Amino acid sequence: MSDKYVVGYDGSQVASRALDFAVAKAGVDGGSVIVVHVLEWSPYSFLTPEELEERHARRTEELARAENALMAPLKSRISASGVSVETQIKYGHVAKTLCKVAEEEKATQMVVGRDGHGGLSSRVFGSVAGSLVQIAPVPCTIVP
Amino acid sequence: MTRLFPTAVLTAFFTFFAAMSASAQSIDETINGVFASSTGWFVSLIFSNFPGTSFPWIVGWLVVAASVFTVYFGVIQFRAFGHAISLVKGDYSDPNDAGEVSHFQALATALSGTVGLGNIAGVAVAVGIGGPGATFWMILAGLLGMASKFTECTLGVKYRNEYADGTVSGGPMYYLTKGFGERGVGGGRILAVLFSIFCILGALGGGNMFQANQAHAQLTNVFGQYPGWITGVIFAGIVFAVIVGGLKSIARVTEKVVPIMGLIYVGTALIILLVNYDKIGWAFGQIFQGAFTGLGVAGGFVGALIQGFKRAAFSNEAGVGSAAIAHSAVRTKEPITEGFVSLLEPLIDTVVICTMTALVIIITGQLVSDPETGNYLLNEAGTAIKTVGDTSGVALTSAAFSSSIGGFKYILALAVILFAFSTMISWSYYGLKAWTYLFGEGKNKELTFKIIFCVFVVIGAAASLGPVIDFSDAAIFAMAVVNIIGLYVLMPIVKRELNSYMTRLKSGEIKKFQ
Repeated sequence: MSDKYVVGYDGSQVASRALDFAVAKAGVDGGSVIVVHVLEWSPYSFLTPEELEERHARRTEELARAENALMAPLKSRISASGVSVETQIKYGHVAKTLCKVAEEEKATQMVVGRDGHGGLSSRVFGSVAGSLVQIAPVPCTIVP
Repeated sequence: MTRLFPTAVLTAFFTFFAAMSASAQSIDETINGVFASSTGWFVSLIFSNFPGTSFPWIVGWLVVAASVFTVYFGVIQFRAFGHAISLVKGDYSDPNDAGEVSHFQALATALSGTVGLGNIAGVAVAVGIGGPGATFWMILAGLLGMASKFTECTLGVKYRNEYADGTVSGGPMYYLTKGFGERGVGGGRILAVLFSIFCILGALGGGNMFQANQAHAQLTNVFGQYPGWITGVIFAGIVFAVIVGGLKSIARVTEKVVPIMGLIYVGTALIILLVNYDKIGWAFGQIFQGAFTGLGVAGGFVGALIQGFKRAAFSNEAGVGSAAIAHSAVRTKEPITEGFVSLLEPLIDTVVICTMTALVIIITGQLVSDPETGNYLLNEAGTAIKTVGDTSGVALTSAAFSSSIGGFKYILALAVILFAFSTMISWSYYGLKAWTYLFGEGKNKELTFKIIFCVFVVIGAAASLGPVIDFSDAAIFAMAVVNIIGLYVLMPIVKRELNSYMTRLKSGEIKKFQ
C-alpha cells in the first residue's frame, strides 16, 4: 500500500514548504497527497440577523474563492509533477478538522507547516502545529 | 461667499444648540405630549378589557393560544426538551453543512433580540405593579409560551423564501401568505400586510423607543439628570452607523459582549440569591401567596396575573412572530427542528432570567409592605407598590442589585445599554423585513425605513416611560393578534411535520452524526 499524505494548506509560505515536502516524499514512494484547506469556523459563534440571512451566500462565495485562488492552481502544479493529488475545503477548528480528514481518508501521515513565531497569541490560544502534536491520529511531520 | 459659508453654518449650529439646551426640558415635554396624544387611541384599543371585567382581552388571547398549542402538540415543551438540547449541541447536524447557520447560532441571535430590557426593566414593572405574585404568572406564561414559539418558528423555516443569491427571508409575512394558500384559506395576504404594519410599529416601539428610553433612564441614574434627547441623538448616531453605514464591527462587538453580559447578570443574581439563601423560601412563599391573593396590590390577584402575563409576553415575544423572522435562516432540512430549538428561548428568557430579576427585587426587600398585615403598600398615586427608593422600571432593578453589591449599578447600566443596543439592531432587522415585504426591496426604500428608525430612537429617549411603554406593548401585542390567527389556521401543518419527524426519529431514520 502506498503512502497517503494529508497536508494542511492555507496559502502561506510555510504551508507551501510543507506541501513541497509531502509532494517530494509521495513522489519517491508513489504515494498520494490530500491537500486540506480549513476555513476557521465555529457553529457556536454569534452572528447578527443580517449575517444569518446572508450566511449561505457567503459560504458559497468563500468556498468558490478558496477553490479558485488556492486549490485549483496547486492541483494542476502537483499533478504536473506526477503525484496523484486530491483537495478538500472544510469548515471548522483547523487542527481537529485536519485530524478528522486524516482518519476518514486513512492517511499514513500528516504534514503541516509552522510559522515558528511562538508569540503571545499562540501561547494563549495554541497553534495548529502545537495542537496536532497532541491530537494527531497518525504520525505528523511539522515542517519549519 | 464660500469662505463665509462654514462660519455661518457653525454660528447657526451653535445658536441652535444653545437654544436647544436652554429649552431642553420643554423639548422633552413637547415630544412626550404629542406622542401620548397621538398614540392613545391605539393603546386603548389593544388594551381594552373584556366587557364587564378588568381583564385585557389581549392577555387572554395570548394565554389561550399558548394553552391551545400546549395541548394540541401534547406538551411539546417537555416532550421535546431533551431533543432540543441535542439539536443545539449539534448532535444532529451534518458535518458537511459546517459553515452554514447552525441551530445554536439561530437561537443565539434570536435570544439576543429578546433577552434585554424586558428581563430587567419589564420584570421590575411587573413586580412593581403586580407584586411578587406576578412572578408566578410570568413563569407560567413563559412555560406555555414555549409551545407558541415552537409553532411559529417551525412555520417560519418551512415557508421562508430562499433566493437565487443564497440569502433567505422568513417570518409570519411568508407563512401567512404561502401557508394559507396551501391550506386553501383566504385572507392570508391581508393578514400578512397587517402583520407587517404592526411589526414596523413594534420595531419602532418595543424594539426601539422602549430600549432608548430605558437606556437613558440608566444613564441618568449613573450620571445625574440631563435631557433625554441627548442620549437619543448619540444612540441614533451609533444605530445609524451600524444599520445604514454598514459598520458591522460595532454590531459584532455587541453580539459578542451581550451573551457575556447576560452571564454576568445571571451570575450576579445567583450570588445575591446565594447570599440571601435563607430568604429564598420566603420569597417563593410571597410569589405563590401573591399569585392567588395579590397581597394588597392594585387590582388584587387579577392585577398580578395581568402584569405577569403581559411582561412575560413582552419579554419572550412568544406568539408575537418576531422570533419566526430571526430563526428562519437556519440550515436544516427539517423545519420542525428549529421549532424544537426555539422552545428553549422562552425558557431561558422568562423562566430563568426574568425569575432571577424578580427574586432579587423581592429578596432585597425593595417592595415596602405593611408589617402588620403583610400586604404591600401602594405609592401615593395608588398605581404601584411603594418601593424603598421610590423607583420603578430599570431603576428598581438597579436599586435591588446595588443594595447587595454596591457598584453593580455601573455594570447594570452597561448591560442595559448593550442589551438595548442589540435589541434595537435585531428589531431594526425585523422592522426592515416587514417594510420590504410591504414596499419591496431596494436601496432607497430600505434607507427610508432605517432613517425613520433612527428618528424614533431620539423620540423614545426623550419621552417619559408611561406613554412609551404603553405604545410599545400595544404595537407588539397587535402583531400577536394577527400572528396567532395564522398559527391557528396553520397548526395542522406543524402537527403533520411533528408526527412525521417523530416517527422517523424513533425508527432511526434520523440519526445523530456524532
